[in-house]
Amino acid sequence: MSDTSTQVRDASGVDLNDPELTRFDIVREGARRDGVEIVHYEPQYAPGSKGEKRMVRIVAFFFILTGLAATAFLVAFIWWPWEYEPGTNASKLYTPVLGLTLGLALLGIGLGILTWGKKLLPHEIAIQERHDGPSDPTEQKLTGNTLQFIGEEFGLSRRPLLKLSLLGLLPVGAVAAAVPIGALIKDPHHPDILFKTGFAGATPQNPIRLMRDDETLIRPEEVSTGGQITVFPHIPGGQTNHHADSPTLLIHLREDDAALLNGRLYNINQGSTWSSFVAYSKICTHAGCPASLYEQQTNRLLCPCHQSQFLITDNARPIFGPATRSLPMLPISVDAEGYLVATGDYKVPVGPAFWEKD
Amino acid sequence: MKRRKLDFKALPGKAAQEVDTRLPVATPLRSMLNKVFPDHWSFLLGEIALFSFIILLLTGTFLALFFEPSMQEVHYNGSYLPLQGVQMSRAYETALDLSFDVRGGLIMRQMHHWSALLFMAAIVVHMFRIFMTGAFRKPRELNWIIGLSMFWLGFTEGFAGYSLPDDALSGTGLRIASAIMLSIPVIGSWVTTSLFGGEFPGEIILSRLYILHVFLLPLILLGLVTVHLALVFIQKHTQWPGPGRTEKNVVGERFVPRYTIKQAGFFMLVFAVIALMGGLFQINPIWLFGPYEAAVVSAGSQPDWYVMFLDGSTRLMPAWDIRVFGYNIPPLFWPTVVLPGILTILPMAYPWIERRWKKDYASHNLLQRPRDVPDRTGLAAMAFAFYMVLTISGGNDIVADKFHISLNAMTWAGRVGLLVLPPLAYYFARRLMLGLQQHDREVLAHGVETGIIKRLPDGRFVEVHQPLVEPDAHGHTDLPYVGWTVPKKMNRLGALGPAVRGFFRPIEQPAPPAQQPEKREEITTGPH
Repeated sequence: MSDTSTQVRDASGVDLNDPELTRFDIVREGARRDGVEIVHYEPQYAPGSKGEKRMVRIVAFFFILTGLAATAFLVAFIWWPWEYEPGTNASKLYTPVLGLTLGLALLGIGLGILTWGKKLLPHEIAIQERHDGPSDPTEQKLTGNTLQFIGEEFGLSRRPLLKLSLLGLLPVGAVAAAVPIGALIKDPHHPDILFKTGFAGATPQNPIRLMRDDETLIRPEEVSTGGQITVFPHIPGGQTNHHADSPTLLIHLREDDAALLNGRLYNINQGSTWSSFVAYSKICTHAGCPASLYEQQTNRLLCPCHQSQFLITDNARPIFGPATRSLPMLPISVDAEGYLVATGDYKVPVGPAFWEKD
Repeated sequence: MKRRKLDFKALPGKAAQEVDTRLPVATPLRSMLNKVFPDHWSFLLGEIALFSFIILLLTGTFLALFFEPSMQEVHYNGSYLPLQGVQMSRAYETALDLSFDVRGGLIMRQMHHWSALLFMAAIVVHMFRIFMTGAFRKPRELNWIIGLSMFWLGFTEGFAGYSLPDDALSGTGLRIASAIMLSIPVIGSWVTTSLFGGEFPGEIILSRLYILHVFLLPLILLGLVTVHLALVFIQKHTQWPGPGRTEKNVVGERFVPRYTIKQAGFFMLVFAVIALMGGLFQINPIWLFGPYEAAVVSAGSQPDWYVMFLDGSTRLMPAWDIRVFGYNIPPLFWPTVVLPGILTILPMAYPWIERRWKKDYASHNLLQRPRDVPDRTGLAAMAFAFYMVLTISGGNDIVADKFHISLNAMTWAGRVGLLVLPPLAYYFARRLMLGLQQHDREVLAHGVETGIIKRLPDGRFVEVHQPLVEPDAHGHTDLPYVGWTVPKKMNRLGALGPAVRGFFRPIEQPAPPAQQPEKREEITTGPH
């Protein structure tokens, strides 16, 4: 192996037109003028050696692999059945085949380039000086004075009126902020959207019926004892995301559980249950996920997002996890035609808490 | 007329001269080609983030050709049978179309998602590397701050992207995000209704997230990436200590060709891994989740991994509600707004905190091995333990389910672990680092352990050490501690000869064993 860096020449004495200089000498001189000293430069394999030929073959192999894989990718991309068909068929393999061929093609380029760079290019050690730290004090002084001079030329300290008048520019900044903010801003209180759900407007005289996801109405006998269903206000779009705060969990409690609950209803929830039916907001009071995992045996509702647990036989009071507020109870009853109805809106805002919600 | 013969060989030279006449680039170009970069595997972690970002831009642009961030209600009529006729938003429909009705759309979607995960992972690991090696110290504080900002920008960018398909998972995530905004004292409800254009979910949020996701945030990220790299270029990369390396120089390879070509190859490898993952590993199969409906959620709804630590902190937060004068601060506020705030400001201030703590106000270009700064490594271990407890807690329902542990026990374990494990991690990491450091010093003072046990005439057994240099009268070698690798094994000293290279058979003749001096020195022991 030959080390071309045996001699270190004096930088000042290099004549670039000297015919005896090799190109590497000129390269090294250029680096030196950039503050870089190439102290070691050595091919890893002697030219023509067995090791070098082997590396050349490896690089060639990788590039040919890339060519083959890329071709395979193109063929698959065009001719492999790609349109979705149910069942087990070749179209299910479309994406894996693309990934495999594309991955192999890229792997080939990557490994080929890396082998070329790491094995066939000479190994080198170069040293460059750092020029850290502050600028030259003279430079600092010159620039500092220039900046100060610019500042003084504006003459604000000498011209108090100008200084005062700058205040007049303040609204301009406000204008820039006002346009986007003013356009975006939406008052949460007028109308009072956070405090109302799709059940708003329901009264005992003028109730809103409950319905299922498919807009069918619900009779009490359709819900088995110990069962629960998700219900929505029977209004246009009541089950859609336009009324994302309205999903309600209707639970048919067992007799003894109903008695237990009715015995310890909060004042605000008095009269909201009907027979052994109770309806709680499905929107978790913690972060707004549907608190919908109903543990029939323990009478708990579990929110799958952050594991708050609510005890449905006790006003859906939170008994574990980060939630601090009970799930609001929807006042329900049954109308003359025997359908379950809401006789009012929720008495406290449903969903996650916020500043104005006590 | 004499026809001039075109000299192809002289063409590049001539062209270069033409360019240089107009833009004198010879000097700056050469100094760039010659710029020296130090090399170490740990410097490549940030590159992974950079390369994933490029792949994100490429695949994201493809996706944008087909995706519509519209919340208009439609009935699905695409190829995927199980969802046909289902009411959904146009956004979800186009995301499904990308998966089923666009040729190669699914692999692009999956590559986009995987590279986003890889982007965040590379940022986190890179950040740990920077922290533990002291690369954030003066003069590089600004770049540390930019890096931290990019973590949060990437976080937001990722979350916005996750929310766009409007499937059940992303809608649930968005619902939680709206609750987090609601929890901000005083302005929470105003911020939320303003962003959502009314009550959650409204009809505009996807368009707003879309412009954030495809324009504003990538633009800011791109700007910061540029500044980040420019600062590395201007301030020059840090380097490990070692022979010939000082605070005043950079030892390595010139930018072009070897360094650049290695970067190019590495980019291709990262690209290849993402392509393989995008093709072979399913991610975010939105068609299984169904469209977002406010009333529907499933157990085991986890966010992308980089959000899990905040999910975990939310799960672990005790139910503490602050209510004063009819107003209240919900418990959600602390783990999702205050905690990220602390996790942003504290690390940003850390370079200055450490300056005062360690009374080290100097500029540093040499990195420190984790073992050489046990306090800082202890802090890193502490941060890691904190982060891991939160991340695991983000999936505590899965853990509880798979290992048949009570869910409530998992929550309590997380709560206790969050307080107990970080200090323990600090203590153990610090002791470990001190131990490693001491072992280095021992080798420098006494030599390498040879594994040879010698029995002394008086019956004692001692281990024979091979000193690194000629020892003094007491058997000590007085080598300076420089904070770099110390040989710990005899073959690192060449005593056993270099390993023969080659996988199946030697690719070269084994080198002759190291020249032994005629008179072999006796292997001596240290005094103990």
